[in-house]
Amino acid sequence: MADLRTEFLGIKSPNPFWLASAPPTDKEYNVRRAFEAGWGGVVWKTLGEEGPPVVNVNGPRYGAIFGSDRRLLGLNNIELITDRPLQQNLQEIKSVKKDYPDRAVVVSLMVPCVEDAWKAILPVVEETGADGVELNFGCPHGMSERGMGSAVGQVPEYIEMVTRWAKQNTRMPVIVKLTPNISDIRKPAEAAHAGGADAVSLINTINSITSVNLDLFAPEPMIDTKGAHGGYCGPAVKPIALSMVSEIARNPLTADLPISGIGGVTTWRDAAEFIALGAGNVQVCTAAMTYGFKVVQEMISGLGQWMDEKGHESVASVVGRAVPNCSDWQNLNLNYVSKARISQDDCIKCGRCFAACEDTSHQAITMSADRTFEVIDDECVACNLCVNVCPVENCITMERINPGQVDERTGKIVEEEFADWTTHPNNPGLVAAE
Amino acid sequence: MANSINTEGVVAGRLDADVLADNFSDLHPPLDDHEALVAADRCYFCHDAPCMTACPTSIDIPLFIRQIATGTAEAAAKTIFDQNILGGMCARVCPTETLCEEVCVREVAEGKPVIIGQLQRYATDKAMDAGVHPFTRGVETGKSVAVVGAGPAGLAAAHRLAMLGHSVTVYDARAKGGGLNEFGIAAYKSVDGFAQAEVDWLLQIGGIEMQYSKSLGDEISLESLRAMHDAVFLGVGLGGVNALSAEGEDKEGVCDAVDFISELRQADDLAELHIGRRVVVIGGGMTAIDAAVQSKLLGAQDVTVAYRRDKSAMGASEFEQDLATSKGVRIVFNAQPLKVHGNGSATGVEFERTNNLDGDLRSTGETFLIEADNVFKAIGQTLTTEAGLDLERGKIVVSVDGKTSIEGIWAGGDCALGGDDLTVTAVAEGRDAAMDIHATLMGKELKNG
Repeated sequence: MADLRTEFLGIKSPNPFWLASAPPTDKEYNVRRAFEAGWGGVVWKTLGEEGPPVVNVNGPRYGAIFGSDRRLLGLNNIELITDRPLQQNLQEIKSVKKDYPDRAVVVSLMVPCVEDAWKAILPVVEETGADGVELNFGCPHGMSERGMGSAVGQVPEYIEMVTRWAKQNTRMPVIVKLTPNISDIRKPAEAAHAGGADAVSLINTINSITSVNLDLFAPEPMIDTKGAHGGYCGPAVKPIALSMVSEIARNPLTADLPISGIGGVTTWRDAAEFIALGAGNVQVCTAAMTYGFKVVQEMISGLGQWMDEKGHESVASVVGRAVPNCSDWQNLNLNYVSKARISQDDCIKCGRCFAACEDTSHQAITMSADRTFEVIDDECVACNLCVNVCPVENCITMERINPGQVDERTGKIVEEEFADWTTHPNNPGLVAAE
Repeated sequence: MANSINTEGVVAGRLDADVLADNFSDLHPPLDDHEALVAADRCYFCHDAPCMTACPTSIDIPLFIRQIATGTAEAAAKTIFDQNILGGMCARVCPTETLCEEVCVREVAEGKPVIIGQLQRYATDKAMDAGVHPFTRGVETGKSVAVVGAGPAGLAAAHRLAMLGHSVTVYDARAKGGGLNEFGIAAYKSVDGFAQAEVDWLLQIGGIEMQYSKSLGDEISLESLRAMHDAVFLGVGLGGVNALSAEGEDKEGVCDAVDFISELRQADDLAELHIGRRVVVIGGGMTAIDAAVQSKLLGAQDVTVAYRRDKSAMGASEFEQDLATSKGVRIVFNAQPLKVHGNGSATGVEFERTNNLDGDLRSTGETFLIEADNVFKAIGQTLTTEAGLDLERGKIVVSVDGKTSIEGIWAGGDCALGGDDLTVTAVAEGRDAAMDIHATLMGKELKNG
């Protein structure tokens, strides 16, 4: 079996699956059970400064959206950082790390935006034997109202400043956790890099209201008829997270900055995708909160099987492999032509491809009296909507029209040469070649 | 209790009351909210859905299932009732395994269809339990329509006509309405007096007068109805039962399966019903299966369905056959009854073995005897009302709109030619005839005006 061991900022773990800073890592009891279940590491739930701990609401902390069969697709929370005393957390971190020296134990931190606060907390964390710290600049609810969390993460100058303080006050590796509640994720990543961060982790949760109570006209999760936006996570946010990870990995200014990928990792495949887009490891929360710690076993076996099948010897050998293929729209090959193909053997005749294409796309699928569905090459623009709405995986596929063949839609022969928007005659910005 | 399944002869009280109650409880217990949501989630919301095409009443099944999935079962019920006002009963008695569920794409894909029938029951129960009737009567047209037969076809026609503003009088030979829903289907398919509750609920539309114990040919005649009303709809069903044409049919213990089923449905105490230790049901349709299964459930020890053709020709669906065999009923194919044995009371039926040669049923010459204290005949029913209408194959000839050969008379349901003899088909025919009656009456109005 493939070697799943990873070394992230010099922190070793038996596999790339870490539990993200969140309720599953709030105390020793959970973390020990997580390690017994096989998790490679944890980021301990965010510690605040010494003193009376924060308090949490006493009503619902979570809201959710669901897919078919009430599969949880997206989870939102309004829980704050740890509400347990700092000293208790520190003792427990020390105790766990001592018993699990082969696992990664990183501690998430969130203290006020003054250097003294960071000077105070970093040494006591270091004393626990923890492997590193993660600066929580992402939490979008509650703490941000107090000038912490995403209130810092949304201002690149603050990120750089606080990151620098942290680096100056500890020998531990420093990971900066980024908020996605920002228009260009590259800016905070660049700021973290400039401040000396050893890595960034992303994404933290997204501002969200999961639903509205239509009897009381209040957002959910609702506390006594009122609601506040929470942080959204789970499978639904994965596409956003993947895109943001890729943006940082592609950015020449941060291309060498290690990334810990977070956002909706639920299966081994999700993890492999983050890794392919440049993440050195992944952090998981919602999957564990939905199914329990045992889910990591599928992630481990699945990633291993895939690596074996593909001949990938180590996780490190896969990191970033998809980054060179992340491009811009203007660079996509306009001479690449494909058409939908419906496998009649696999088709169950539900007709959803037809409804989708006929009503909302290009009228490129015919339906016969006996419910045979076929693609009209004259009309098919290869939009892929039929593939996406078909309930049977791989029943509809996209087949390339090879160069030299005629595209029935345009009547033109598909050309061999690469041609994109930058060279297209319709492009008003086209600068004639000299 | 003295009697048991081992008691010889035809006796009552073979089983304890609690066993009987359990035996005759709901065949498919209703779905609870969670089960309904899980089941509804499986629907793919197909385009031009095969299930909808397969439904004789063309209920918009994907839409009503989506309405259930989004927590609006009442809206789902309205979608069902729009097409089929007896959607509650059809949810219970439709052979969905040969209709909507047979063509469900998930049956095709996984061998497990969306449980459309049970979802339909979930939605219709919700609406009917709330006592809500989702339709209102239209403006009075001043037209009067006679509906003969308060079964599925007649009730569907009456409701639609009343909704369109006509005054409807429903005549039925029996003392209460429902037709085969009330008298003709297995008890475990319609528990807790559902058939009557459905009639009462349906009548909430208003404008329908029920006249019970009025039999065509006795208390009323087609001529008088035509004179009193602007149109007549016949939904009289098939009142007669085919004879066995086997010797000894008059022996005690031999009776029509429909009578046995009717008696059972109307019984206040199942423990008082007599049933033989050994029962033979002759026939191959739903009625045969219903009679056989209920015989078994009443405590008959050996129950056999004897059908003269082979399995592939059997009218009862595969599901019904499996239900019967799972209850311990034996199905014997290619058995043609020759003679009922017995001295006064039946003791057995002698059969001859048949085979099928190029579509011709032939005797092989082999005979055999099956012991029986009760012999139930379920070899088809016949039309008892002819009244000068054109008939074909023993049924009233009708157009696609339900018009008979006599102007002003429409017909639908089992008495009319065409379509399967199913509740749902009867509902569709009654509804469609009502629409044609409406168009005809109002068209005349326009012409006269």
